[in-house]
Amino acid sequence: MKILVAVKRVIDYNVQVRVKEDGTGVVTDNVKMSTNPPDDNAVEEAVKIKESGKGKEIVAVTIGEDKAQETVRKALAVGADRGIHVKSEGILEPLAVSKILQKIVEKEKPDLVFMGKQAIDDDCNQTGQMLAALLNWPQATFASKINVKDKSLEVTREVDEGLETIEVNTPAIVTCDLRLNEPRYASLPNIMKAKKKPLEQINASDLGVDIKSRIEQIKVEEPPKRKAGIKVANVAELVQKLKNEAKVI
Amino acid sequence: MSREVMEYDVVIVGGGPSGLATAIKLKQLKSDLNVCILEKGSEIGAHILSGNVFETRALDELIPNWKELNSPIKTKVTKEKFLFLGKTKSLSWPTWLLPKVQQNHKNYIISLANLCRWLAEQAEGLGVEIFPGFPASEILYHEDGSVKGVATQDMGLDKEGNKKDSFESGMELHAKVTVFAEGCRGHLGKELIKKFELDKGKDPQQYGIGFKEIWEIKDNNHQEGMVMHTAGWPLDKNTYGGSFIYHAENKQVFLGYVIGLDYKNPHLSPFDEFQRFKTHPAIKKIIEGGKRISYGARALIEGGLQSLPKMFMPGALLVGCDAGTLNMPKIKGSHTAMKSGMIAAETIIDYINDKKNLSNYEDKFKKSWVYKELHAARNVKPSFSWGLFLAIIFTGIDQILFRGKLPFTLKHKHADHDTLKLAKDMPKIDYPKPDNIITFDKTSSVYLTGTNHADNQPVHLKLKNPDLPIKYTLDKYDEPAQRYCPVGVYEVQVENNVSKFVINSQNCIHCKTCDIKEPSQNITWVTPEGGGGPKYGNM
Repeated sequence: MKILVAVKRVIDYNVQVRVKEDGTGVVTDNVKMSTNPPDDNAVEEAVKIKESGKGKEIVAVTIGEDKAQETVRKALAVGADRGIHVKSEGILEPLAVSKILQKIVEKEKPDLVFMGKQAIDDDCNQTGQMLAALLNWPQATFASKINVKDKSLEVTREVDEGLETIEVNTPAIVTCDLRLNEPRYASLPNIMKAKKKPLEQINASDLGVDIKSRIEQIKVEEPPKRKAGIKVANVAELVQKLKNEAKVI
Repeated sequence: MSREVMEYDVVIVGGGPSGLATAIKLKQLKSDLNVCILEKGSEIGAHILSGNVFETRALDELIPNWKELNSPIKTKVTKEKFLFLGKTKSLSWPTWLLPKVQQNHKNYIISLANLCRWLAEQAEGLGVEIFPGFPASEILYHEDGSVKGVATQDMGLDKEGNKKDSFESGMELHAKVTVFAEGCRGHLGKELIKKFELDKGKDPQQYGIGFKEIWEIKDNNHQEGMVMHTAGWPLDKNTYGGSFIYHAENKQVFLGYVIGLDYKNPHLSPFDEFQRFKTHPAIKKIIEGGKRISYGARALIEGGLQSLPKMFMPGALLVGCDAGTLNMPKIKGSHTAMKSGMIAAETIIDYINDKKNLSNYEDKFKKSWVYKELHAARNVKPSFSWGLFLAIIFTGIDQILFRGKLPFTLKHKHADHDTLKLAKDMPKIDYPKPDNIITFDKTSSVYLTGTNHADNQPVHLKLKNPDLPIKYTLDKYDEPAQRYCPVGVYEVQVENNVSKFVINSQNCIHCKTCDIKEPSQNITWVTPEGGGGPKYGNM
């Protein structure tokens, strides 16, 4: 099987994100960036499938400015075979990303497309689903276990009620949950080797898709500061406050 | 267990100003040299924290056209102030009466982290391989005792040191010359200084702890290019320290405080002194209405020439503050660190090309302007052991009248871990509670550093004797680790009348203060898993 893995460059999860003073977005200058954490799980799973002998080739793809290449290089360092960088400036909405990925899928003809269930920057959780719709492929979202069969996948999904196991025919889209696996570290020799693996560059504008924004962002602001808690004397007072002040019971 | 090995001409440990300058100079002199830099931070700059008012002298020599290369050196110093603070009053000291070394009109206000990111780009452009997220954790030696290289940290060990599924063995990097550029109190540098007795005949090294916050302040309080320093309150006259307030671009001020780690009162909390300092009317009026956006802390070198160890040994060199090249009265170390790296690079080229001994480093260093600077500066810090008042008079005579040319050298008498007096003999200090507007607690501060260490890994703050904190240090010194750590890694918790010493190592910001100040030298800082530690932006 050939697996395409989509990876996104986001602000590192340890960084305290700061809203720009003019409310046009968040500060990204000189901020530590990393691969979106569930995308690491997607890469890891693809590498595991390849190591088990069921996968043939892994292609890692990212979309974004020049520095987004770092995420592809990281995927290459942990086991992807080659990379694609689709160059584009500015923020792309999930629909635009799915349209670009659709073009890459048509070109590469993978059996599986893996990606994280959502990106930790916009938290949209839409790209996998939209790509499935555009390609008219089956989708398995929030995967926490994947069992590769001959021409299908058995996927355990993390759903609100617990775990759901489904079977999808390939080709298919799988979006990965953090529980799927523990991503490996990139070793120093593998980082060196990754620098020599092929990385193809494509301009988003050359793909002939409409990636214009559909959403107008009006303002970005910080969530309100949490107020200090209070101590209540007894259960009766607690119930009274929950009922009359917080109005939650 | 055999590890994979990679061979380099030169391996540099640490991607700060000294390591990066070494790498750039090496490639400029000999472009076919294989040079790599190991950096423990998750990216270059992530562990860099500095004031910083930058003197461009070393950079002018290294990259003369830096102005054309979009360097992050933009804000020229336009105005200077020096204040002596009393509890509520302040006295402005005329700038013309300051020693020349403290005048900054030719310098720039910069973020050293951003400068390092830019230097890393220049280095990579010259073909230097940079590996962030890979701490060098071990020194390797040849059979004859000379340095062979370093090994990187194993990844994927659990708390007990067992291999997890994700285990990835560290690897060995062998080099003709290994350059140690870890910064102040590098843990490998410390081992080398001991093993090769590099500090023999030198005074004990002196350290300080520096805090820095970045504030976004109101437009009308901001004067881009303004540099202000203070001495005095809230420290008593026997404690060495002072503040800096630098008005950078984008309405930001870099606000910081440095306290000598030779302080005597174990009840003193450097963090709380810094917080309290901000409540002084002269300071509060600058940041009032603004917002704190960054916080961090790092130990720094204060010992100067008397404490500077020998910087060469078979197979290796120490550069920058891994040795201790900071110029204390100038309150600057970036330019001297860079220059020391450039001299190291020249020495290495002579060594590789013409088999000239690495001991040439010392001769070259002594002939350089760094040595002249440090020599002129040498008597300022030790004079502060006499108290602020006498030190100012002496420094005036030494620096203004004699320009550092007095015919004697004052000594540093004690190592910083030896200076604490017993807790029962020293006054307790009652620090005001944080207001969460101007002053903050450690918990909300550590959050801004972005520090993190993957959980379930061995604790990287090692106790030589695990019973000592409770059985000895708590009793004698009221366990000062609770106070000198700038992020509250160390806590004494009491449960059922039993005291327990807790190490929250995941909060560590790699400042090294515990390794320096612990009175029995019971705490040893070692490298955690790669990529751990703070994620400083423009610090």
